[in-house]
Amino acid sequence: MRPTLVCALMLIASLAVAPSASAQDARLEAAKKEGKVVWYTSLALPSAEKIAKLFEAAHPGIKVDVHRTGSERVMSRLMQELGAGIKNVDVVHTSDAGHFVVLKGKNLLQKYTPPGVDGFPAGFKDKDGYYYGLRATVNVIAYNTKALSPAEAPKTWKDLLDPRWKGKLVTAHPGYSGVIATHVLALVNQYGWDYWKQLAQNRPMLVQSAVDPSGVVASGERAVAVDGGEYTFYQTKKKGNPLEIVYPKEGVPLVISPSAITSFAPHPNAAKVFTDFTFSREIQQVMADSEGLYTGHPDVKYPTDKPKLSDLKLWSVEPEELEKRIDEIKKRFVEFFGA
Amino acid sequence: MTARVARQWVAGVDRALPVWAAVVLALVLLMALPLGWLVWMSVGGAAGATLGHYAQVARDPALLAALWNTVVLSFWVGLASLAVGAPLAWLTARTDLPGKSVIRSLVLASFVTPPFLGAFAWVMLAGPNAGLLNVLWRSTTGATDPLLDIFTMSGLVFVVTMYTFPYVYIMITNTLLLIASDLEEAAAILGAGRLAVARTVTLPMVAPALASGFILAVLQALALFGSPAILALPAGFHTITTQIWALFQYPPKVEMAAAISMPLLLATALLLLVQKRLLGRRGYAAIGGKGGQRGQIPLGPWRWPALLGCLAVMACAIFLPYGILAKAALSRAWAQPLSWSNLTLGNFAFTFFEYSATRAAIVNTLELGLATATIGAALVAMLSYVTNRRLVLGHQLVAFLALAPIVIPGVVLAVALFIAYTRPPFLLYGTLAILFVAYLTKEMPVGYAQSEATFRAIPPELEDAGRILGAGRLRILWDVTAPLARSGIIAAWCFIFIGVIRELSASIILFSPATRVMSVVIFDLKEEGQFGAIAVLGIVMLALTFATVLLVQKALGRDVLGVREGEPPPRPRRADADANQNGVGS
Repeated sequence: MRPTLVCALMLIASLAVAPSASAQDARLEAAKKEGKVVWYTSLALPSAEKIAKLFEAAHPGIKVDVHRTGSERVMSRLMQELGAGIKNVDVVHTSDAGHFVVLKGKNLLQKYTPPGVDGFPAGFKDKDGYYYGLRATVNVIAYNTKALSPAEAPKTWKDLLDPRWKGKLVTAHPGYSGVIATHVLALVNQYGWDYWKQLAQNRPMLVQSAVDPSGVVASGERAVAVDGGEYTFYQTKKKGNPLEIVYPKEGVPLVISPSAITSFAPHPNAAKVFTDFTFSREIQQVMADSEGLYTGHPDVKYPTDKPKLSDLKLWSVEPEELEKRIDEIKKRFVEFFGA
Repeated sequence: MTARVARQWVAGVDRALPVWAAVVLALVLLMALPLGWLVWMSVGGAAGATLGHYAQVARDPALLAALWNTVVLSFWVGLASLAVGAPLAWLTARTDLPGKSVIRSLVLASFVTPPFLGAFAWVMLAGPNAGLLNVLWRSTTGATDPLLDIFTMSGLVFVVTMYTFPYVYIMITNTLLLIASDLEEAAAILGAGRLAVARTVTLPMVAPALASGFILAVLQALALFGSPAILALPAGFHTITTQIWALFQYPPKVEMAAAISMPLLLATALLLLVQKRLLGRRGYAAIGGKGGQRGQIPLGPWRWPALLGCLAVMACAIFLPYGILAKAALSRAWAQPLSWSNLTLGNFAFTFFEYSATRAAIVNTLELGLATATIGAALVAMLSYVTNRRLVLGHQLVAFLALAPIVIPGVVLAVALFIAYTRPPFLLYGTLAILFVAYLTKEMPVGYAQSEATFRAIPPELEDAGRILGAGRLRILWDVTAPLARSGIIAAWCFIFIGVIRELSASIILFSPATRVMSVVIFDLKEEGQFGAIAVLGIVMLALTFATVLLVQKALGRDVLGVREGEPPPRPRRADADANQNGVGS
């Protein structure tokens, strides 16, 4: 089937579930007049571009400006721009839920509930209705199957502290990635800062994005990734790379990545159309299918070659706690790891 | 007598006023305002001026470590660049080494290669486990330890040196070509051995050039951002530039960034002062311009080993990195062998058609490159004509101010501009204008030095002849000077253009998502580990650079390094050396 046809069908489907068709029509017209939507996102680049292309195909006349970087950089840019009086962004999406606590507190978010999120689990919903979890992933361990046999591979988070992994590990950075910031806090809550202090003794290679450990392990530059978004490992593995994922039994940190419309959105209608689109069952399904993400949507079916969220023991982090401790997380991580 | 002086003085003031006004305005906007804000920010506290930020820097072991790492890096890069650049310069300038012009072209290629691309390529070559050279080493020797680990201080020194030694090479080559060999021959006739000649005659004459080349290399390493970010951060250490950049992350600590910028600024200024002293002291009584004969020293049996040595350097600077970039651009997984199943054009498709930032970034880069180069070339042409022909009072001061931005490393300039232009009355952050201002400031010394050298080479007698025949100054400028200066100005244009399209260290702090340029996109992609797309964009950047270099060659009739085959440059090319020192620095 041609992609445009698929998208047209999806558009029709999404309109069908919408509360009021005529209101939607008026909004769509207004959105087309606005012509584009500016999306600051921390979703891995190829995935973000894919969703943007699907949206553009389904909504001719509305362009998506994708600005992808790590969660912490998204926030950094956003605040820098606001400081300089620049109001550029319509939809903001990061993996650091604490950002949304900050933004809401500063009245920088618009209250908006996309249709269909009622059925989402509680962790995906802001109680005041300002932001909703667009997608979720968990942090896992991954290893290169050419370097290690399944028997040799680490099984638990604490296995990684063994000195035999010295020089063989890679970690992403909480100063860049919200997925990792969440992960660091989850493990601090379980094991204390001592865990990270000891892990630093094994001198892991430091990369920035939670996407990057998958590439480092796949290339064989390091044998084991001590963290990273499960969906990027899953995609890398599906591409035929020698990589296997370990889901530690004691628990895996759950990262729910919220999405919200800014209060100053220069393209408010396009922002709403785009938000509705990304929360539609179809796009949530695309994220589950080809990107390997988890979502809050109750009707989404997941690939059979990976565990369901309900099969995993999940460690959650409260957005408020993440917001309070993010500076501490960045500071101590740099203190232990050097950069 | 006094009347004549007074008349001249009045005439001078008349002509000077508009020029002065323009220059002062430009320099206030480009230099004084940002630097003023930088200093103010570094001492500004809630309750008035304070040294608290400096004290905080001095107490923070992480910041001190970053400072120390920069010192170590710069020092070793300086020494290593001397060790590589000086012998290469001597071999290509003075001996009968085979393939000299090829070696020279390759040094030029290394000179214009953006260092961060080189660093990125070396990650793929010498990453301790997946790096291709290490894989090869393990499979041939059966060793378990890597041959090279690029994620170390020595790895960083090595990679930076590969793209910094051309500065030393240029200094030494130009000096060697200016020194007539008759003194050396005289010493030889008087019975000195070859080594004794080198030690007692050649070396003292090139010593100032050696010291000054060392300082240029140190300055380059000091200001570099991309290579440390790519090689030092994964290894868990900062240099001062990456540290300043890290201080800009949310929540930004701009005061700390300003405070830690100061030592970098002062060190640069100090080193340049020393270099100026060194160069200023050399009398060059022995330099005979075109007069002296320059014999070629026969290398004898050492010809081929020497050539091999040169090629080995070039393999590290050019062949291997370019090769691995091409491979990464064409393969699905860069670490796997280039088999049919691994071969793909998908990286090109992704970069140009799927990744929406690419085209905007290329357009931004080209727009900025063209605008900065054009306006910059016009500005420096005007400035250097005015200073060279001494058309205004205080022309020395104008010349000094035009060259002054050289002391500001890109990251520091960016911090200063960021502080100055994110507040009224100038809200430039988020627009291309702030990048334009940064690039113009950063490239002005390069362009100025180049076009100053051009006007120096055009004798004023021709213009005087025109005046005698009754033409006005503008008419002469158009009919006499402009045609003669054209190629030199085109070269200045190209130098600025090359500098702009590769600029990273200022851009990385000043960009906003809507104003990304190619170097920033490459850096973004690096942070996400998108090797294929980086390689593709890197190749585009190199292609643009080399096209511009060809344009310079054509305009000047000589290569960019200031060397014409078999002939010394027309005049002492100190200006070129000055120009080159800020030419890179990404």
